[in-house]
This record gives sequence, C-alpha cells and structure tokens, in this order.
Amino acid sequence: MPTLTRQVSRGETGWEETGGKPGLLGYLRTGMMPHLWCPGCGHGIIMGAFLRAFDRLGWDQDETIIVSGIGCSSRVTGYLDFDTLHTTHGRALAFATGVKLANPKLNVIVLAGDGDLAAIGGNHLIHAARRNINITTICFNNNIYGMTSGQFSPVSPTGSWATTTPYGSIDRPFDLCELVRAAGGTYVARGTAYHVRSLTGLIEKALKHKGFSFVEALSQCPTYFGRRNQLHNAVDMLLWQKEHAVNVRAATRMDPEDLRDKILIGELYRSEAPEYTEEYARIREQVRQKAREGDLVQ
Amino acid sequence: MARVNTRTRFIQGNEACTEGALAAGMRFFAGYPITPSTEIAEILAERLPRVGGTFVQMEDEISSMAAVIGASLTGVKAMTATSGPGFSLKQENIGFAAFTEVPCVIVNVQRKGPSTGMPTSPAQGDVMQARWGTHGDHPVIALTPFSVLEAFTLTVEAFNLAEKYRVPVILLMDEVIAHMRERVELPGPEDLEIVDRRKPAVKPGEYYPYDVEEEDGVPPMAVFGEGYRFHVTGLYHDAMGYPATGNPRLADQLIRRLVRKIEGRVEELTMVDEVQTEDAKVVVVAYGSVARSAARAVRLAREEGYRVGLFRPKIIWPFPAPRVRKLAARVEGLIVTEMNMGQVFREVERAVQGMAKVDLVSRVDGELITPVEVLTAIKEVY
Ligand SMILES: Cc1ncc(C[n+]2csc(CCOP(=O)(O)OP(=O)(O)O)c2C)c(N)n1
Repeated sequence: MPTLTRQVSRGETGWEETGGKPGLLGYLRTGMMPHLWCPGCGHGIIMGAFLRAFDRLGWDQDETIIVSGIGCSSRVTGYLDFDTLHTTHGRALAFATGVKLANPKLNVIVLAGDGDLAAIGGNHLIHAARRNINITTICFNNNIYGMTSGQFSPVSPTGSWATTTPYGSIDRPFDLCELVRAAGGTYVARGTAYHVRSLTGLIEKALKHKGFSFVEALSQCPTYFGRRNQLHNAVDMLLWQKEHAVNVRAATRMDPEDLRDKILIGELYRSEAPEYTEEYARIREQVRQKAREGDLVQ
Repeated sequence: MARVNTRTRFIQGNEACTEGALAAGMRFFAGYPITPSTEIAEILAERLPRVGGTFVQMEDEISSMAAVIGASLTGVKAMTATSGPGFSLKQENIGFAAFTEVPCVIVNVQRKGPSTGMPTSPAQGDVMQARWGTHGDHPVIALTPFSVLEAFTLTVEAFNLAEKYRVPVILLMDEVIAHMRERVELPGPEDLEIVDRRKPAVKPGEYYPYDVEEEDGVPPMAVFGEGYRFHVTGLYHDAMGYPATGNPRLADQLIRRLVRKIEGRVEELTMVDEVQTEDAKVVVVAYGSVARSAARAVRLAREEGYRVGLFRPKIIWPFPAPRVRKLAARVEGLIVTEMNMGQVFREVERAVQGMAKVDLVSRVDGELITPVEVLTAIKEVY
C-alpha cells in the first residue's frame, strides 16, 4: 500500500501482541509507550485503576468511547486501545455529550485533569451533571496545571505555590465533588492514587451507575506541585494522601476537629434521577406515537 | 392538514435551511440561541425527534460545536447554527473539525458586528472569519445563498461537500436571507443527490485512519463503536491518528494535504451564477442578499442600454479566483458590492491582478444595499 503519511503500523503499536488481551495489556496501545508522564506522576496509577475497573465489568472495548481534553492527564486517550477522542482544552464533556446523545448505546467515559474539567471546562461539567447524562467522568486531580509547567488550578489549595502564585495563592479552591453534586450529578466519589484499590472500586461503581457519575481521583505531580510545596518527591506526596484522606464512613465517627485538614474519600453521594438520553428517547417515542395517531403532520 | 406536505411553501430562509438539512440526512443538531439564527434551532427541536434524530440545546456555542463533532464521529450527519458572537465562540472547535477531518455543517447567519453589534440587522462582515477564524492554516468551505430556495439547495450541498471532503462546511447566510419569506418549490428526494462519507473497506486492525494515496486525498472514515479503535486528536498526527508532534516532515505533509484537499480543487468546487456577462463591459460581483439588489440594478441598467452583468459566487471559500480572473480578462471594470468594508473586494482585486479596474460599493450601517445604489455605481464606473 503506497503511503504518504504512515509512520507506524499496527504491529509496531503492539496490536498483534495484545490482540488476545493478556491481562490489561489488551487495553493499551503499547506501541505508544513510553508515555509522557514524569517519573512519580500519579496519572498512570489512575489510568491503571480505570482499566482494572473496566476489566472487572467485562464491558466491550469496542462499544466504549473514551474522551479527554488537553493536559498531561488528557494524553491518556492516546494510550488506550479504544475509540478515543483527544479534544480541545476543557471541552471533553461537550464532545462526549455529542457522542452519547448521537449513540446512547455506547459507553462514554471522560478522563481529564482538574484544570481541564474545573476551570476552562467548568461550565460543561456542571451542565453535564445537570442533565444527568450517562457519562462517567474521572478527574485526574493533581492540584496544578501539569502540561503547562505548574500554574495554579481552581482546586489548588489557598496558600499553595505555583508559577503564577509566586506569593502564595489567594484563590479559594472548588470542592469538585460538592460542585458536581449540587449541579445534579447522581454518583459522586473521591479516591486517591495511594488508595488505589478503593479508587478502582469507586470507578467500577461509577461506570455501572446510570446517570452522570463523577470520580475525583487525587493524583500527585511531584514535578510541579510537590517541588514548590515542600512535598519533595512522589513518596512524600503519596504519604500525604495516606495521612490526609479519611474514608467517609470512618469520618462519621470522628471528631470534627480532627477532620479539619482531612479529605473525605469513598462514595460521597448517590441518587437516582431520570437519565438524559433515556428522556430524549421517551420524547422521540411520544412524538412518533402522536404522529401515528395523526395529531402531528410528519 | 396536508398543506405542510406539499412542496410549494411560503417560508423563511432559516426554515428552508432546516428543510435542506433534513433532506440531506442531518439527524443531529446542537446549538445555542442567537438572533437571527434562532428559528433554525426552534424548528429542528420540533422536527428532529419526529425523524428519529436528536436536538440538544447546549450551554454555549463552544459546547454546541463540540457536540456536533462528537455526534459526527458516531456516523451521524450533524450541524449547528449561530450568528456573529456565537460564530466567534465556535472557532477553536471548527479548527479541530478541519484538522481531524470530521464532517459537519455550521450555519452562520451574519448580523452586524463587531461584538453584540446590531443583533437584528444584516451584514456580511464574517466572510474572512469564515475563512480564517480559527488559528493556523486549515481547509474550509463556505457557501452563501441569495434566496430562500438556495438556503435549501446550498444546505444540501453543504452536507454533500462536508461528507465528500471530510471538512467543516460553513453556510454563510445573512439576516435578510434568513428572515425573508419567499414562495418556493422544494425539491423532493428524487431530485436530490445525497452524498455520504466513505467508510473504510478494510477490517479493524488494518485501518489507518489518516492514510491516503494521493497528496490531496480524503481518507475513508470509520464510525465510533464499530471496532476500529481509532484515535482522533487535534495534535499533529500520523497515518494511525497518533500524536506525531516531533516530526517536521509529517507535519508538513499533513497540513499541505489538508489545505490542498480543498484549495487544490477550487475549479471543480466553483459554483457561480453569471448573468449577462458575455457582452458586459462592467460586471457587478455580489453574493447573499446584496446579490438581489445587484441583480435588479443590472436589469435596470440593461434597460437603459448599459452592457452590464452579474457575477454571483455561491461558494465563497475556496474563493473562485480562476473564474474571476477569466472574467477580468474580458471586461473593463468590476464592481464588488457587499455589506462590509471590502472583504470579497480584496479577494477580487487579488484575483484580477490589475487586468480590470475593481471598485467597491459597501454599506456598513446595518441596512441592505439598494438597487439604486448599485445602479448609481454602475453609471459612475461605466
Ligand atoms: C484554549 C486553551 N487554553 C490553554 C491551553 C494551555 N493548556 C494546556 S493543558 C493546560 C492545563 C492542564 O492542566 P490540567 O487540566 O489540570 O491537566 P494536567 O496537565 O495537570 O494533567 C493548559 C492551560 C490550551 N491548550 N488551550
């Protein structure tokens, strides 16, 4: 086959080796490795948690579309052997909404960063939650803009240091889980890269949930967040997660004083509400029924 | 009542556009309300569920454009409609569609800008934005109807071109065409040629989403969810669709192919209506609603014995420069008339290369250029 632009082939990308799905490799475009994440970055751990959760469900890879925005975390779509859509900064959920609405049979999953989902894409996040559209979103939250080398994000803690907060941040951070819940999301959970088993379980539940599900996965960015914030390496950062994360169930038995500097992890909220694509299908059926009865002229 | 079923209708340009879109097979619309395009969304909100399609009102124009691209990737013909400020917001994702070769149609009903401008007044100030609104070199097609019937036929054409060339196509209407009502005889399905995108003939695993044999080739397009497991990215990409940002040779090939895919086909894409240009000494160049005034002026001038003609591009991007050049070789003067400060005028000048005199009649006060204004210009130039 004459080619002008071909540079890689399926063989080189590991298609052949992984076609038979040996373990999680079957979900990866191994030819795309090495990945671009820094040593110690938490994004790979979260990707792994997602793949394990997906694998447990036994869902069909070919009926699953993974959508990301722009950022270090959003590069994940390039590594995953699914139909993948690496969009524009902040817009992953908007693209995903189009995919899901146009073909509700597909599983649609959004993987993106905190800057992507909460700053430039904040509007799409709350509106996707409001619609309760059946999309699972995993936010790789490293508290910083990794891709652009360490500017603060809307979830960076007040007082934290970033290249654009050289005197410490005066911005107040979002609580993303509260935000999504208030906006109408029907499954909300938080996990960390340290508590990866629990995170995997939360992602699995989020995937299974019908409606808009959101998992905030705390990641660590030793390169840009850690270095500036006296967390000297990935181990320090993971230990920080270990020490500061408290399971919601345990938290109910704790003194509020002790919870002041803690982060709640686990399933934070779950409810049931009409799902958007099902509601639209209902409208469609209703309109067609009326047309059959002759109420409407086609 | 059966009246709605007949093909003879008395409708607005916006409504004709929706009829054209539905006839072309459009089944997904995402938009955000804005005058003077809103009727398109309102009509489609009602019509799409009836034909098994999907309408969604998104939170803004950025997400509308994004949703349209997402829907198109699932194999559905998709479109959005907007006006001035909304068209500005769509630009980043229009660039994404152009670069990733996702077919889609964007209707921009031009209103008087800049900024919020005069929301209910006509203008043609977005001609250059339609070409260059998104950053970087990129391919794009823009069509510009001058009647209610053409709002229908060019919408069908917009989808056909989008599907054939895997490119975003902009239907550049203006407020007058959008809101004007005319009696039209809509073509039926048997009178229309409908183009669908080419799908891969190979099995998953043998599919190279961006592999082409010709240097202006259009690769076949797989559908999300059919097992091809392909990657779509706005980064420079290789034949597999994977990021290849560190490869200058590949980058050069990709962007040149994408631009050549459209610009290289300017002759076959040219759609122009020429009226009485054969013996003309002076030719008026006009498009959209202004072409209606220009046509009248040409008729009036002919009655008075002036040898004048009308050159009316229906496709504005790629600009039909070769046809303009041919025309310039046999006339003395060209009068470009448009509701902006000379956007097509400069394209015409560039095409003419000094072979004929080029004048501009422009109006930028939110009012349509009148036949008398064009007639006066004809007499001055003649
Ligand atoms: C419209 C637009 N604005 C800004 C950028 C630059 N940019 C790229 S990634 C990014 C932030 C990424 O941060 P986050 O989403 O938290 O992901 P991370 O890299 O930390 O994983 C920014 C600002 C862009 N690509 N597009």
